[in-house]
Amino acid sequence: MSDPTDITTEEILSPAGIEEAVSLLANEVIRRCGEDKVAFVGIYTRGVTLAHRVAEVLKSRGRDYPVGTLDISLYRDDFDNLGTALPRLESSDVPFALDGTRVILFDEVIFTGRTIRAALDGLMDYGRPSKIELAVLIDRGHREIPIQPDYVGRRVETTLNHYVKVRFQEDDGKEGVFLVTEPVAETNE
Amino acid sequence: MSELKPRKDLLDIESLSLEEIEYVLENAVPFKQLFQRSVKKVPTLRGKTVLNLFYEPSTRTSSSFEVAANRMSADVTNFTVSASSIVKGESLLDTIETLQAMRSDYIVIRHKAAGVPGIVAQHTRASVLNAGDGYHAHPTQALLDAMTFREVYPDFAGRKVAIVGDILHSRVARSTSTLFHKLGIEVGVLGPGSLIPEGRHDFMTRFRTWDEVFDWGPDAVYLLRVQMERQEGQFFPSIAEYHKMYGMNSDRLVRMRELGAYLMHPGPVNRGVEVTDEAMGYEKSLISTQVENGIAVRMAVLHWLKPETQKD
Repeated sequence: MSDPTDITTEEILSPAGIEEAVSLLANEVIRRCGEDKVAFVGIYTRGVTLAHRVAEVLKSRGRDYPVGTLDISLYRDDFDNLGTALPRLESSDVPFALDGTRVILFDEVIFTGRTIRAALDGLMDYGRPSKIELAVLIDRGHREIPIQPDYVGRRVETTLNHYVKVRFQEDDGKEGVFLVTEPVAETNE
Repeated sequence: MSELKPRKDLLDIESLSLEEIEYVLENAVPFKQLFQRSVKKVPTLRGKTVLNLFYEPSTRTSSSFEVAANRMSADVTNFTVSASSIVKGESLLDTIETLQAMRSDYIVIRHKAAGVPGIVAQHTRASVLNAGDGYHAHPTQALLDAMTFREVYPDFAGRKVAIVGDILHSRVARSTSTLFHKLGIEVGVLGPGSLIPEGRHDFMTRFRTWDEVFDWGPDAVYLLRVQMERQEGQFFPSIAEYHKMYGMNSDRLVRMRELGAYLMHPGPVNRGVEVTDEAMGYEKSLISTQVENGIAVRMAVLHWLKPETQKD
């Protein structure tokens, strides 16, 4: 065992593992959505990348779903607890009508569920989808509110001093999912 | 996440770093996009209170701040001079004491005396937003002007803006020219000699006539409002004379069109004084855009400032 005060990083999904998880998500979307009118909405930053990757796979199978983007900064429930951090806002862009559409929200990791709670509020200010579902690359457990994903790339057992770091080539210049163990940590990004 | 330090108050433009200016102007863009949605409101400041404290009449700025705060779900209270004890002789510090007890999170203040927002800021935990103090500053106006200019000129550095009118009495001229200068935009001024201050703003090019302005080739002309209420002394002979010398009329509009220059004005407009009815319809007028951007910029400022935590 290493020193318990050390920060350790373990790769839990390789680039090939991510590709596999993405294609699993794509398969599930096809199986469950049938001929429904579907649109994807990615949560900034990596949820957007994930949504585009799944959409890309589906496009190669003849299904063209639009991808919108959502910045949930203005909907968070911890505005007072941001400390010294000053969030830089992104432009949410949902360039299609949500009314009557089956919307699938994408985020890279689901942890407490609070980000998704905020995203649901944000999404509903754009219209009234017929249905909203949630797709994530990683479900790491430890929900604080009753929100569960409908599509999961990979479930990972974690404790509260773990931090799950998803890195995509497009956003980070490297690819992989890492489990970081910190001596004391209780927040996700 | 950035390296920027949180800031409690916005009192002037001079004390802002370029990084802070960029931060606010960039965050204002997503706020403006909210206006395209059917639901224009976000819950960010739910449960927070904004106090609009206006010692000077102002419909536009006051309602712009009110709309901005409402769109962020804050509760807004409007204090106007005639409806408050200020006319009953309550001193500024007593007023501050009262405000402190109300536990407002943000105080938007306009006062005819320069420096009052700064004094209030020192004595309250709330974030103070200067909405215009005397001849000193009007920082949110400058930020909305910069946002508007940058929208039409993404390559804004090195561009030219001519400010026309009463520079001496104008906090708008002061704040906006300072901000434009910080952003690398060249600023020139035209106005009655008596209304151009000496020794201040050395970076500005001075013009004596419109011909000189047009020969300089401005990318935008920024007309200031003639402040009838501030003309205590006689700074120019008459309104008609001012209009003839400095107003935007048809002939000058022809030159504007040739140059492709945009027209800006902080409002409210005195038609027939600094601008004719015809010029108000100019296709490259940015006046309405300035109003819209004012709301977005004020939302970005409310989002940026951090009141001190209210304890006890």
